[in-house]
Amino acid sequence: MTDSLPADSVGVVTPQTYRFDSPLDLACGQTLDNYELVVETYGTLNEDASNAVLICHALSGHHHAAGYHSEEDKKPGWWDSCIGPGKPIDTNRFFVVSLNNLGGCHGSTGPNSVNPKTGKPFGPEFPVVTVRDWVNSQACLADRLGIECWAAVVGGSLGGMQALQWSLDYPDRLKHSVVIASTPRLTAQNIAFNEVARQAITSDQEFHGGRYYDYGVVPRRGLMLARMVGHITYLSDASMGEKFGRELRDQAYKFGFDAEFQVESYLRYQGERFSETFDANTYLLMTRALDYFDPAHEYGGDLARAMTTAQCEFLVLSFSTDWRFNPSRSEEMVNAMIAARKQVSYAEIDAPWGHDAFLIPTPRYTAAFTAYMDRVAREVGA
Amino acid sequence: MRPDLEIIQKWIEPGHHVLDLGCGDGTLLDFLQRERGASGFGLEINPEHITACMSKGVAVIEQNLDTQGLDNFGDDSFDVVLMTQALQAVRRPDKVLDEMLRMGREGIVTFPNFAHWRLRWGLALSGRMPESEALPYKWYNTPNIRLCTFKDFEALCRQKGIRIKSRRVVDGQHQNNWLARLWPNLLGEIAIYRITRENET
Repeated sequence: MTDSLPADSVGVVTPQTYRFDSPLDLACGQTLDNYELVVETYGTLNEDASNAVLICHALSGHHHAAGYHSEEDKKPGWWDSCIGPGKPIDTNRFFVVSLNNLGGCHGSTGPNSVNPKTGKPFGPEFPVVTVRDWVNSQACLADRLGIECWAAVVGGSLGGMQALQWSLDYPDRLKHSVVIASTPRLTAQNIAFNEVARQAITSDQEFHGGRYYDYGVVPRRGLMLARMVGHITYLSDASMGEKFGRELRDQAYKFGFDAEFQVESYLRYQGERFSETFDANTYLLMTRALDYFDPAHEYGGDLARAMTTAQCEFLVLSFSTDWRFNPSRSEEMVNAMIAARKQVSYAEIDAPWGHDAFLIPTPRYTAAFTAYMDRVAREVGA
Repeated sequence: MRPDLEIIQKWIEPGHHVLDLGCGDGTLLDFLQRERGASGFGLEINPEHITACMSKGVAVIEQNLDTQGLDNFGDDSFDVVLMTQALQAVRRPDKVLDEMLRMGREGIVTFPNFAHWRLRWGLALSGRMPESEALPYKWYNTPNIRLCTFKDFEALCRQKGIRIKSRRVVDGQHQNNWLARLWPNLLGEIAIYRITRENET
């Protein structure tokens, strides 16, 4: 095996921590006096700081979106398929900023950080943050980095919600909002799945009301179950069928309840791995942020009215087999933008992978995403 | 510039909000935006064309007129609704015409004339479905499922109370020739109609 990293990779990257000492008022009414955000950047900020692109992460998101943490690192960042030299978000032209959101568990201030007031981890005391809170904290990060206006704010799924919220809350601070595989609000079914995930976590004996850090334990089974049910909603029936079918791990039925089907052992493996790297309180928080997201709410449910403040142009992409955030959810968003007379382009990409399709480079997805971002780059002279 | 686009662009005024049904690779909208100061959307279903529009900076929506309709566009939300060389490819051209004049004050429609002499001649002589530069398909794979003649179109407009503000007839190269103006339904290959509701000026 060669040790050299792929040529279209941003290479070895190192995350940085930014500390913010001005208080951040949150939607829940609480205030964070200070906080830290862990950030990775790729590419170079140009002289007039016009080529910056913000990447917003999804539910189990991470600041590590592209490249590798060392030469030996086997797995690149979570959106390496779309970020890098010559890729849709071309790091030869754009300065790309990717962060771990507040409430996260990969270094940014969150439930597993130490609460300066108590000297112990926040745990359940960490405030329930919303998409709008995240966008506010990202705006503080933009200030710190000297970015007055993003060339584009880009995100998939929960990340797409942030890209949309940016266009409403900071209309003059972004030129383009790219909203992929997302939705303007969760459906009852979406919330129901989140609730099952949360119940799995909070009913784990090791959860201890969210204070498991104090007991030196982790609600591993709960997290695993939460991830398993979530994971099912990220895939499509067809893609699961193609990957696993009814394949058994051994030849014959064993008339028991161990993982006999390949799909069972796959889900268990995914769940276990996730439970080792993710924080249970963060999972609760982030699913709640999903549930609460509804920019039309304060406009009597009229999304078109909510959209009136936006000034940027939009690219909305959906995937044909995504049943978590169905293409019709994207169309709802697009229609509100049309009604509000915003500039919007929309494509429904034919792809078999369900919601996860936004992470997988298919020819049409890559072509459309590249064409749009290329034009954004030309616009800002990058 | 393509002569048909040359004709169409003269009917678009600066600041006009335009919807282009079946906008192709966005050439026309791009031109109208840059040269005429218009704004608007294109609707398209061909993936390559959609990508081409995105690359040009033309706002394009993937939407199929036949299966998804046009309900998502409000009444009188555009100054002009365009449909170039696509009327013959939709399932219900009559309903699309209604929709065009619901969404816009004015419509501009172009389509190939099935009564052009060469097509008539071809059918009469060979007894086979005619093919031409404007209609380069076989009968079994053609997207043009609702072919009509200029006379047919004008009869439909009369029946619907649609007023034809102007009609320009061109040949296959989109050249404006005087013979086609004299006997349009026989000698014209492509017509460009500017239509509006009866009560509009």
